[in-house]
Order: sequence, then structure tokens, then C-alpha cells
Amino acid sequence: MSSAKRIWIARDYLKCSGCRKCEIACSLSHEKRIWPEASRIRVFMSVPGAEVPHLCVQCEDYPCVQACTMEALSISKKTGAVLVDEEKCITCGACIEACPGKIPHLHPVKKTVLICDLCNGRPECVKVCQEGKWDALRKVTRKSDQVFKVQARKPDDITRELVNNLYGESGEEYL
Amino acid sequence: MRGYAGKFLDIDLSKEKIAEIKFDESLLRSYIGGRGLAAKILWDRLGQVWETVDPFAPENVLTVLTGPLTGFFPGGRICVSGKSPQSNGIVGSTVGGEFGIDLKCAGYDGIIITGKASKPSYISISDDQVSIKDAGHIWGKDGKQTLKILTEDGKRQTRENFPEYGILKEPSALYIGPAGENKTRVAAVMCKWTHGAGYGGYGAVMGSKNLKGIIAKGLGPLPEVEDIERVGELIKIADKECYKNEFFRIWGTGAGGYNFGFRTSSEPVRNWQDEWHDQKSYAVDKFEERLWVKKYWGDFGCPTTCLKIAIPKSGEFKGSITDHPDYELQAYLGPNLGIFKPEENVYLSSLIDDLGFCGIQAGNVLGFAGELYQRKILNQDDLDGIRLEWGNAKAFGELAKKIANREGIGSILAEGSYRAALELGKKKGMNLSIYAVQEKAIGIGAHGNRSGRDFVSNIAYACSVQGGDHTSVASIPTERELNSVLHDSGVYCMFNTFTVGIDRIWEFFDAVTGWKTLRQEWEETDALRILNLQRAMLLLGGPDLKWKANVDDENPARFYEPLPSGPYEGKTVDKKSFEASKQEYYNAVGWDGNGLPKPETLQKLSLADVETKLKRTQILPN
Repeated sequence: MSSAKRIWIARDYLKCSGCRKCEIACSLSHEKRIWPEASRIRVFMSVPGAEVPHLCVQCEDYPCVQACTMEALSISKKTGAVLVDEEKCITCGACIEACPGKIPHLHPVKKTVLICDLCNGRPECVKVCQEGKWDALRKVTRKSDQVFKVQARKPDDITRELVNNLYGESGEEYL
Repeated sequence: MRGYAGKFLDIDLSKEKIAEIKFDESLLRSYIGGRGLAAKILWDRLGQVWETVDPFAPENVLTVLTGPLTGFFPGGRICVSGKSPQSNGIVGSTVGGEFGIDLKCAGYDGIIITGKASKPSYISISDDQVSIKDAGHIWGKDGKQTLKILTEDGKRQTRENFPEYGILKEPSALYIGPAGENKTRVAAVMCKWTHGAGYGGYGAVMGSKNLKGIIAKGLGPLPEVEDIERVGELIKIADKECYKNEFFRIWGTGAGGYNFGFRTSSEPVRNWQDEWHDQKSYAVDKFEERLWVKKYWGDFGCPTTCLKIAIPKSGEFKGSITDHPDYELQAYLGPNLGIFKPEENVYLSSLIDDLGFCGIQAGNVLGFAGELYQRKILNQDDLDGIRLEWGNAKAFGELAKKIANREGIGSILAEGSYRAALELGKKKGMNLSIYAVQEKAIGIGAHGNRSGRDFVSNIAYACSVQGGDHTSVASIPTERELNSVLHDSGVYCMFNTFTVGIDRIWEFFDAVTGWKTLRQEWEETDALRILNLQRAMLLLGGPDLKWKANVDDENPARFYEPLPSGPYEGKTVDKKSFEASKQEYYNAVGWDGNGLPKPETLQKLSLADVETKLKRTQILPN
């Protein structure tokens, strides 16, 4: 695996408009439906204005893959994305438990977990975000000397920081 | 059936009964959803006794409906309706946000609510688990606190219902603030802090039902459509069109502030005593640079994101958060109250949202009170010590709180400018209706028609079945108005239709519903049927107010006063050409010279029962 060519989806939460076109594009591409909760990227909004596009960051040590006892999760040689083998997944939730950001979630209907697969290197979410010139999601080159695991955070934790940034002290009463 | 989840919730709050119901495909095809379907539901359930139904009585029917295009056409919305406590007719009132998406994903196209809960309650929808819950801990809370608690309750509910799924997204919520709880007729059904379904006064209907809010969480997909690939393509095409609308993206509707005030001379200034101003202090750039913390904010699927989030971070009004404000609130809670400072406008807009008011209706009645104070018809004693001088944002804020809580004079003003003018006029022995700038007891949108330069014609409000609603104005040719009926029935954002255009919208309907002749049916009969149903219910009116066709299809008196300044100084609505336009409009929608739906029109539209009812009530001659 050549790490120099690997991509990463950089996220700038403050620029997220909340248009959720990423959810639409992701679910249309993966599910052939518009299906927000079956999207591999989901925009959380516990506080208006503090939109959090939430998706896999591909941790260096892949705790989710390590936690899977069914060999349902593997790492794409090409992109470094976590790939889910739907046949093997028993929806036990071990990967969700292992993820520091609790990013994986179960498919609402199918018996499988959902994790961003980076669309084999051409992520649909980034395409629509760029078409809209929101620039909340960007495709960047993943540097091997950078730690990405710290980016795996729970939506509520990110929300708290965004609310502080946007609304300052007055935002605290809305958390 | 494509584009629909296929079932609706029918909830009786008195009996605490929750049922699922379905509508025939032919009925949905004729009325589509949202506003159109609401008119049909209301007519079927209350039509025969319409004039006797108090909008605040348990028997009123509150509808919360999506349409087939909700979630597919860019810009998610939901349509709230029922018998309006403002006009006593029926208004399709839409509000942006993700509620409609969550509702459809939960498997429902809409909610029909009757009765009255025995105590403050909220409705919780989590896929097919629907319940009525106690809202005692939220009753009395302002908008932002209400949304916070509803969101937390909903998140907890989701965790309990789906413990193994990992973290799921928060539910969407509709709710009311104190203004709705206290049944002020100017209350909105709120969403996401700053969004409101304002026209119609349905926040007060929720209040009358002891219904503080509704939360919805859906795990499923949006409904199956006829051709999902085509829908995907159409979304891309529509987005591309909307992305070209750069100025709307950059400045939102608030760019109208200076434009409508200075250029077209159609912005309310001091309760519409003027419609022109040249206050550069109030142009959109002053908001943009000083106050915006998020420049592009939108609802589900929206490519335009005309919303912007504003908050003063220092000074007297530090911490007031609002959307922008959008043009309507920028105008109504700005120049209309003699306010030309962005921070003051943001403060008032945020307060009005928190209290759960429609910003237009609240600004309208505050302006009305301001003019009575200016004319010394109301004095400081009448206002419990408030010095309601133009430009005094805090004074208007204090009065708004009184209205929301129905304290003192607030209780009269809570009736909206039309009813307040009647009541205060009786007390003072004067005609105060001339200061109420409204149509069918609905405060008009912030677009005047005296200069003739804005989009509203001389009949825009006077002939509209939705009264003062600037998003659905009467028009000649009728296409414009009937397209508004379509957007409110398909339930999606009208602002994105400006760029996308009607032909493309019908392509969306095709790809979503698969009903190939829908457009033809709509243009021939369905649109006019909805309009005539609305007209019939408006004319039936009651019980506290009724409208006379033709006589009450009139502009606010103010619009016959000459504009006092600006490039269109001296201009008024011309009475003679207004009367001519009115006749032309009546004819175009199948009404007689007195504005009454002709029997043959009603028969052609399969509304024979409407004809019978209008005859029985002597609205139509026997």
C-alpha cells in the first residue's frame, strides 16, 4: 500500500451548511435510495448551526478492524478505507464500541454495519460538497506522519466545540 | 404509489387515540399533499359545520403534511394547516427544516391532529412507535430551551428504541413558544430556533390543543420513487441552476433590506406610513461583516442556503442568535418599527423567535401599536409604562413579551392587528382599522404594492385565499398563484423554484410519482379545485369574523394613502384599476362579479357539496 497516494476526507465543520447533500449523494450511491440513516456520512445537528458531518477517519491502528472477531472488516489496499463484508458482519457492535468517535452504525434494515468506504478513492460526498462550493469536505492527500485518529470524535463532543466557537458563552445554555 | 410513504397518523389528543390511516391514490393525485390535501381533509371533516367551528376548539383539525416532492426537490419543508385563528379560513403554511424528511423516513406522509390533550403534551414519533408524552417540563419554556429539551428527550428515546444501532442522528422537532401556548393569534409553529410556519397562526392552534411539540425520528429511506436515477439526475440539474443564483447564496433574502427599501420603495417603514428609506446603515453588508457567524446555512437538500446565522458578540444585545434575519423579519422588526441598527434588529428577531411568534405577524401588530402610540391613541399608561417610540428596540421587545404572555394591553394585541383594531377602536370610540395593515386578519408580507415596483400587484393580497401571505399572492395570469399552491402541496422550498423553473419541477413530479398526466390534470382542474375549496372555507369563516366576498376583497386602507417620500412619492394603489383587475381575476378563477364561486365552476371542479353548503348558508343565492 502506497501511503503517499492515499486520500483523506478533510472536514471543516464550520463551513458545513447543513444542506445534507453528502447524505443524499452517499445513500443514492450506496443504497439507490435517499436514506439519511443509511448514509456512511451523516450530518448531526443537536444544536442549530452546529452541523457535524460525521464519517470514518481511518485511524492508524484501525481499532474497529482489530475488534471485529468475524473478519468482517478489512482495510482496502488501495485506499486504506475500512471495508465491510456484509455476509460476515453479525452486527455485534464490537467495532462501534472500539471506535473512539462511535462513528460506525448499523444499517437500519440490512444486517450489517456501515462505515465509509471512501468510494474507492472518489468520494461522492466530497464531490457534491465541492460542487456546492461549501468546502466543508475536501479530498486531501493523507500524510503518513500525521495522526488522524484524534479526529475520530463523538458528534456531541464536536457539537460542544462548534457551539462554543459560533455562539461563545451564550451557546452554553443550548448544550 | 410512488413518492408517498402511504400512510398518515390520525391522532385524537382528547381520547389519546393514535391511528394510522390511508388515502386513496385518486385523492392524493387530486390534492397532492401539504396545502391541497389539508384543504380536502379540513373540508371533509369540518366543512358542513365550518362557520361554527372555533379554531381554538378541540374539534379543529391541525394538519402537518409533507408532499411527494418533500426530500426530493431541493429544500425540505413541511406544511402546517387547519382552520386559521386569523382568517377563519384555511392557510397552507410551510416551514423549512428536516421534520418532513424524518416523518417520511419514519413511514408517514403526515399527521392529522384533533382534540385537546388533558395536560401539556408532545407527540413522539420514532419509526412506527408513536406516543403522546408529558410536556409539563417544557411548557412555558422559550423556543431555544424547548428545542434543546425536545432534542434531548428524542435522543434518549432513540437510544432506548434502537440500543444496538450505535449513535443515530437526533430527531427533528416542531414546537411552539409561549406565544403559541397562550394562544396569541400571531404565533407560529417553530422549527430549528429560527424557522416558523407563521401565516395562519397555527402555533396558537397547537397551544389550544395543549400540544407543545412534535418530534420525529425516521430510520428508513425516503419512499420509493418511480425512477430514482432520474430523480438523482434532476437533483444535480436543479442544484446546478441554484448554484448560479450567487447573490441569493451570498446575501440571502436579507439583501432585500436595502433593495426593497431604497430601490423599489415597498418596505414597511413605521407601520407602512412610508415604504422608502435610504438608511445605508441597514444594508446587508452591515449584517454580514458585523454579525454573521455562518454565512451559508440551509435545510435538507438545499443548494441555495439563503439562511445566515447572526449573533452580536459584544454590546447590549450580545448573545441574541437568529437567522440573519431574513428579509421579512429584517423589515418588520426593523424599519417597520423605526429601527435601522442591525444589532437591534437581530435582538428583536431572536426574541420574537424565542417567544414563538411569526415574525411578520408580530412585527405587524407591534407596528400597529407603535403608530397608535405615535398618534397618542395609546399612551404610556395603556402600555404599562412602556415608551413605545419608533426605534426603541427594547420597548418593542418588552411589548412583545407582554403579547406573548397576554399581559395587560398584550392580551388585546395578541389578537393580531385586525382584531385588536376592532377591540381598541370600540374602547376608544374611533376607527382604528385604518392602521391595521392586514388582509383577512392576516398581517401582509413586507412587500407593499403602492410603488408598483415590487412583485405584488394591486390584487396580490386583496384576492388571495391566504390573505396577507406574500408567498402565495393572487395573480393575473393565475399561473403564479397556482404554482404557489403547487409548491405548498408538493411541499418543497419555493425559493429554489425561482431558479429551477416550473417545467423542471413537473419533471420532478414525473420522476417521483410516475403520474404522467398529473400536470394536465393539475392545470385543468386540480389547482383551481384547491383554490376554490380554500375560498369557500374563507367565505364561510366564523364564528367570530366573517368576510364578505368583493367588499372585503380590498387592499389595506393604508395603500390608498400616497407614499410620502422617495422616488415614488405620491403613488397609491389606483382604486379604479384595482377594481378592474379584481374583476379580471374573479373571472379567471371562475367567480362571479361579486367574487362568489359560480355554481358551474364548482360543478366542473366536482365540488357540488361545496355549492350546496354555500347555498345553505346564503353565501350563494339559492
